[in-house]
Amino acid sequence: MAIEQFVSVALALVLSPLLLGVINRVKAIFAGRTGQPLLQAYYDLAKLLRKGAVYSRTTTWVFRAGPTIGLGSTLAALMLVPMGGTPALVSFSGDLVLFAYLLGLARFFTVSAALDTGSAFEGMGASREVQFAAVAEPALLLGLAALAARTHSLSLSGIFAGSASSAAAHGPAIFQWWLQMGPIVLLVGGAFFIVFLAENARIPVDDPNTHLELTMIHEVMVLDHSGPDLAFIQYGAALKHWVIGALVVGSLLPVHPAHPVWTPVVAVAGMLALAVVVGVVESVMARLRLLSVPHLLMGALALSVVALVLVIY
Amino acid sequence: MNAWTDVIVVLVALTNLGLLGSSRLSVCIRVVAVQGIFFGLAAVLLRAEPITVDLAVVAAASAIVKGIVFPVLLLRTARNVNIRREVEPFVGFSTSLFVGLVLLAFALWIGAQMPVEANPTGSLVIPLALFTVMVGLFTIASRRKAVTQVLGYLTMENGIFAFGVTVVGGIPVLVELGVLMDVFVAVFVMCIATWHISREFDHVDVDQLDALKG
Amino acid sequence: MLLCLVAVGILVSSGLVALAVPGKSRAALVIGAAGAVVGCVLAAIPAVGVLATGETLSLNCAWNMPLGSFHIALDGLSAFFLIVIALVSAVAAIYGVGYLDAWRGKKALGPACLFYNLLVASMMFVVLARNGVLFLVAWEVMSLASFFLVTFESEKPGVREAGWTYLVATHLGTAFLLVLFVMLGQGSASLDFDVFATFGASAPHLASLAFILAVIGFGTKAGFIPLHVWLPEAHPAAPSHVSAVMSGVMIKTGIYGLIRVILFLGPPPMWWGVALVGIGITSGVLGVLFALAQHDLKRLLAYHSVENIGIITLGLGVGMIGLSRGVPAIAALGFAGALLHVLNHAVFKGLLFLGAGSVLHATHTGEIDHLGGLLKRMPWTGVTFLVGCVAIVGLPPLNGFVSEFLIYFGAFKGVVGTGPLSVISCLATIGGLALIGGLAAACFAKAFGIVFLGEPRSEHATQARECGGSMKFAMVTLAVACVAFGLLGPMMVAGVAPAVAGASSLAPADAMRELGPAVGCLASVVLVAAVLIIMIGSLLLLRYALLKGRTVTQSGTWDCGYARPTARMQYTASSFAKPLTRMFRFFLRTQSAVNMPDETFPKEAAVSTHTPDAFRRRVWQPVFQWVSKQLEQVRQIQHGRLQLYVLYIAVVLLILLVWKMR
Repeated sequence: MAIEQFVSVALALVLSPLLLGVINRVKAIFAGRTGQPLLQAYYDLAKLLRKGAVYSRTTTWVFRAGPTIGLGSTLAALMLVPMGGTPALVSFSGDLVLFAYLLGLARFFTVSAALDTGSAFEGMGASREVQFAAVAEPALLLGLAALAARTHSLSLSGIFAGSASSAAAHGPAIFQWWLQMGPIVLLVGGAFFIVFLAENARIPVDDPNTHLELTMIHEVMVLDHSGPDLAFIQYGAALKHWVIGALVVGSLLPVHPAHPVWTPVVAVAGMLALAVVVGVVESVMARLRLLSVPHLLMGALALSVVALVLVIY
Repeated sequence: MNAWTDVIVVLVALTNLGLLGSSRLSVCIRVVAVQGIFFGLAAVLLRAEPITVDLAVVAAASAIVKGIVFPVLLLRTARNVNIRREVEPFVGFSTSLFVGLVLLAFALWIGAQMPVEANPTGSLVIPLALFTVMVGLFTIASRRKAVTQVLGYLTMENGIFAFGVTVVGGIPVLVELGVLMDVFVAVFVMCIATWHISREFDHVDVDQLDALKG
Repeated sequence: MLLCLVAVGILVSSGLVALAVPGKSRAALVIGAAGAVVGCVLAAIPAVGVLATGETLSLNCAWNMPLGSFHIALDGLSAFFLIVIALVSAVAAIYGVGYLDAWRGKKALGPACLFYNLLVASMMFVVLARNGVLFLVAWEVMSLASFFLVTFESEKPGVREAGWTYLVATHLGTAFLLVLFVMLGQGSASLDFDVFATFGASAPHLASLAFILAVIGFGTKAGFIPLHVWLPEAHPAAPSHVSAVMSGVMIKTGIYGLIRVILFLGPPPMWWGVALVGIGITSGVLGVLFALAQHDLKRLLAYHSVENIGIITLGLGVGMIGLSRGVPAIAALGFAGALLHVLNHAVFKGLLFLGAGSVLHATHTGEIDHLGGLLKRMPWTGVTFLVGCVAIVGLPPLNGFVSEFLIYFGAFKGVVGTGPLSVISCLATIGGLALIGGLAAACFAKAFGIVFLGEPRSEHATQARECGGSMKFAMVTLAVACVAFGLLGPMMVAGVAPAVAGASSLAPADAMRELGPAVGCLASVVLVAAVLIIMIGSLLLLRYALLKGRTVTQSGTWDCGYARPTARMQYTASSFAKPLTRMFRFFLRTQSAVNMPDETFPKEAAVSTHTPDAFRRRVWQPVFQWVSKQLEQVRQIQHGRLQLYVLYIAVVLLILLVWKMR
């Protein structure tokens, strides 16, 4: 294990709440507001960690354990995700399946914790969460299958390193590479971006700002959590932005692992650019009707399948 | 064959899926228009043999008629009869998309089963043409509105056109232009008919036409 | 080998003793269960030995039965299935002591013990038998014993009907098997499996027909959609420990039979694998969809058995594709995934049925929407049920993930350069598994969340009490097995290698070599799982440290400002599953009756939904109605006059005589 791998994990741990700040700042600029400070997410976390907690009498240990297990699984998933050209801390053939299922584990316990409160609102959010995840999961795995088939590698790190080195092999003729690989990369990147929006509860799937409406998904599931538990959830959500974002950025921005300084810089710049794009999307789009969300995710699945068609031919 | 093939193939495949997945009529019409233009381009770009004048004429005519004339006609009809969405199709939009993916897999399999002479380049164009024909048929079968059915018909024609140009190669210009003319008349008649149906019955749901039989 | 026979002997004799014990005492239950446990342990000993050493034990005696000989053998494949049978049956037998106790004094329990032990013994014989006649006899005993167990509560009309459905379905399946075995024997004087084994070489043109017969015949037992209709009826009707054995183990004998027969048929053509993948996806996706729409806990679990059989079949399909493409790595991975999933599913489905049994035992209802809040009242059942849920959804670090990982791994390997048809099949496998995983997560979030979390929705649920010691012991054992099999994944894969070799006709050394990389990857999975556990542990410590010394208060659920939430306002199972059932309404055809509140002062409103089995209603009922209508006419020859019957017999005898003498 090289030092770069630890550096990239540390960067993820430190910088992930910044993504939320960037998204919110972009939205504020679009709306002509000053907006909250860039570091607001950090302040929130610090505040929540210092608070006590309130628990519903209905709840059991499942409710208390939910946020912890959720954060733990997201951290474990982080270990498997390569950042730009830097390979992940742990990589092995088939780790992409483990990655998807670790996110599934986090979801299962978040949903269980929501159902533990016995509140109709939280049940509603949980129900929608599992519905959208069921469609998003095939899109994610088939997109990964497309990349895996192209690079002949079954690990996330291998996939991204493979596409990065094939891009680098073209050297100055990078245009040629884009002409050949562009369609696949763009299709898979598009599919991952939709999965990113859905999994992280962003517009147009979910509105992170509507706590009290019947339209929300993720925010309503965590209504009853407070104190350190809520801090865990919010930090876990920020990390989830980072890990799925790393897939989007990694597939769209193949950077060859050449430089100990520039590679992480490019990767972080990519993540921030992704945050800006998300902010723009949130500013210019309305939230979809709930009934059309599976439809959007079906679209992501279609993108993955078309990419696969290109790869296997 | 060149790298552009992939780009065009992807875009056409996406237009097919877009047709299946979209409920808004104006979107569907534009998607089919774009598809027509792509197929016109494909006819010129994807051929192994050098481009002839005949072919260029056919491709250009096809692209213009399908990419500009039909969409304008259809959009006007849709506006006239005041329908903007395909409501309650026989097969839902998500399911349609899924069926589309299955059809895509099926088309690929058929393409792989074909004798080598039929598909000398081994490219994706043949499966894609098949896919387009199947999507057109499926659209006709699964939608209610007359306008959407015209779109399905057009899509099917697109597929047949692609098939003809890439596989058979030597379709005489006259035949191709004749087919184009037929389609043109068909679309024209359908537009007028749709307008009349809508004026008489206040809707354009074709599945209700069977009430007319005595 | 002898040990297996002794085990079967103990099983049967202890069952008979239990039958003889007079009614009111607990002794019958204890004797029956003790016999079952001892029998299972004895049978497992040689099986473990065979898996460890890789040798084959066999025993062949003459038997004065036409076409039959008493030929039994224990190879890797049989040994693996024998261990699965022994493990789950023993644990379920222990559970049964506590569970059946509720009927003591109301019902004769001796027969239940006898049939249970007979069921276990016959399942053992099914996997041991090496002769067609012996196999079919064991198969039939298995079907009948389980029929009598299903109809244990025969005073309920629903149970009787479920029993008949099961009996008809299983015999139709057996009919196909009979044809299959006669065909495999090819008119030779013996139905010995050694004769069958030459079938692929001597009659390759019939191999595909034999494959189809095997898929239908064994698929009926395994529960392939659309042959699954008996399964969601019979499993909920049986006592819960029997459901655990039927769902966890008995349907797997169908998988065993399929693998065994395919081995006779020579090298598989491509389309067999593709067909199995198709069957697997259909059964998997539709099974979990129907499960989502169910309101009854045990029925939901029964549909999940259909789903998991689908996953197992997907593994078999990937394995067969690997074989026909000549890529042993894919073959080994597919078969290893399928076989391990047989074991894993037996463990967690057994666990879940036992948990459902405890709920039923404590609340007398399996209606999910009447339950809730049971985790506080039944902590042991709740925790073990949660373990089962996480395992069946295939989430790491439990055992379900290991087998699904292997199937994914094989399918991902098959995506590259194996020809269009197999690539499409492998992709469909990946997509199908992902979809099944997502839907199963939804379904078990519903099952666990609505039943065990929140507030109780009825009086029954409020007064629920934890179950007794033997039931607790059984559930904890299986839950521990779920965790252990998950964390020992690499060793499990190495352990099933002889069975994989047997199922895929690879050489044992080859199978082991091809599985090597997967073992390495699973070791990394275990590493990540360990890190995950450590991470969760330290986060819990951190949370404890943070909350120490701060105010932690209890209050009501914050229901968006609504001050008096009641238990009836909670989200129900039906509403939880609604978005998904709506999305897939095309397949489910849920019927709903809605009573809308419409007046100015609305009085009452109600919604009820019901999802009957689409295949039962749309396919089988019309077919059977047509058949019974046709058979009406046959009844004319039966009007109860003895003289006429004798005449029939005489006529038939005469015809036979003429035919033979001609």
